[in-house]
Amino acid sequence: MNNPALQFRNVSFRYKSDMENALEPSLLNGLSFHVNPGEFVSIIGPSGSGKSTLFKLITGLEQPNSGGILLNGQHYENRLGRVGYMPQQDLLMPWRTVMNNAVLPLELKGVKKRDAHQQVLDLLEEFGLEGVEDKYPSELSGGMRQRVSFLRTVLSGSNVFLLDEPFSALDAITRMNMQEWLLEQWEKWKTTVLFITHDVEEALFLSDRVFVFTETPVQKLEEVDVPLNRPRDLHAIHHPEVIKLKEQLMEQLRLQVSP
Amino acid sequence: MIKKGKDYIAPTLLVTAFFVAWELIARFIGIAFILPSPTQVAIKLWNLKEILFFAHLPATLLVILTGLFLSIMLGVGLAVWMNVSKTAEKAFYPIIISSQTIPIIALAPIFVLWFGYTLWSKVAVTLLITFFPITVNTFDGLRSSSKEIRELLLTMGASKREIFFKLQVPSALPHFYSGLKVAVTLSVIGAAIAEWLGAQAGLGYFSRRMMTQFDGAGVFAPIVLLSVVGILLFLMVVLLEKITLKWRKTQ
Repeated sequence: MNNPALQFRNVSFRYKSDMENALEPSLLNGLSFHVNPGEFVSIIGPSGSGKSTLFKLITGLEQPNSGGILLNGQHYENRLGRVGYMPQQDLLMPWRTVMNNAVLPLELKGVKKRDAHQQVLDLLEEFGLEGVEDKYPSELSGGMRQRVSFLRTVLSGSNVFLLDEPFSALDAITRMNMQEWLLEQWEKWKTTVLFITHDVEEALFLSDRVFVFTETPVQKLEEVDVPLNRPRDLHAIHHPEVIKLKEQLMEQLRLQVSP
Repeated sequence: MIKKGKDYIAPTLLVTAFFVAWELIARFIGIAFILPSPTQVAIKLWNLKEILFFAHLPATLLVILTGLFLSIMLGVGLAVWMNVSKTAEKAFYPIIISSQTIPIIALAPIFVLWFGYTLWSKVAVTLLITFFPITVNTFDGLRSSSKEIRELLLTMGASKREIFFKLQVPSALPHFYSGLKVAVTLSVIGAAIAEWLGAQAGLGYFSRRMMTQFDGAGVFAPIVLLSVVGILLFLMVVLLEKITLKWRKTQ
């Protein structure tokens, strides 16, 4: 397991244009980076900077025009189904119960129904969802729905999780609890996490490294190491070094957004 | 759906007032073969109960149910086909929409020419009149499925087939039921009209025959039954919807 969990090698990408002859602007231009196994990396950047495009490339929804994307050192022709993706909205199916939503990735893999349900039941308590397996998503709070969504991601069985602003729709208190809870889970599952956010504080609190989108098209991501030890608690972000880093990053992002 | 009793007070009062007014006016005019009173219609219904319930109602029900069954098969089939194939959508969708400008009722005599006084001339009218809401609603329902959930399923490695059955079909169901509710009420109209034009049995046929005999109450009695059939079919769809879409209750 010395291979990076995720590696981009000279990846270039632009969306296909609807019109012939016209070219959509290039979004990635020869981008290279890597994420180590078990690492927690956040990606920040202003909206429209191509963060979500990056996720579509990693999950395999889009293919790069040139360059290679490697998962655990392997190049796959089809990456779909190999990365655990947790979207911004919970995207639970309203017609399925919590159980049937969580079991979805197992169902798609063809795991026997009874085994699959048992796997979910074993994890419900861990996720603070005991007793709600027969409820519908509309009966749950926002935080609970996100936990179901994360449970579904965990059950995808991948060792790389992509979380796309998963807490951005939650209120501040729920959000803080969910951040702490996520760190606990991450330490337990020892997976690699790539976390998109536009909240600098959130990125610093959670991550080992922060990638910053600084330009379009992206040629290089600026990498920032977070000077904090683990395990962390919420007070860690009041560390003077971290505050300085936070101000630096905010300044950087603001420069990009200003007209 | 289960409302408190007081929600029903206003409609009940209105309907009662309507029937009372009708009764009074009919008695005042006193020409029963043109305007029978509700009580006269009720008495007629009772007197004719055997022939209406055991000869004409089954004939009409057969037309309605056969027409609806074929309509659902063809409508859902076509909706699925248009959903899968862009070419099929481009070919059929405009035709289905513009077909609605053809007065189907005016076409009914053609079907009598083609199929004679058989079941099929009436089924054809019922089919054509109910086909549209089922097809269009199902098709729109299939397309209404969330693009985001579709992408999520793709990232889980789902195939097209799995996306169809696990995402598109459940998303389309509520729309399908809306279409079906419109269709069942239309089916009663379709069957009745088709029976006016060419039939030897059926509630529509009976109603028209009573008209030629200047039997006002006899015209109304089968119409009462027809509307009861329509209401019952509608309620059956509502019930089916409630059973299969339990999750909607919680929304």
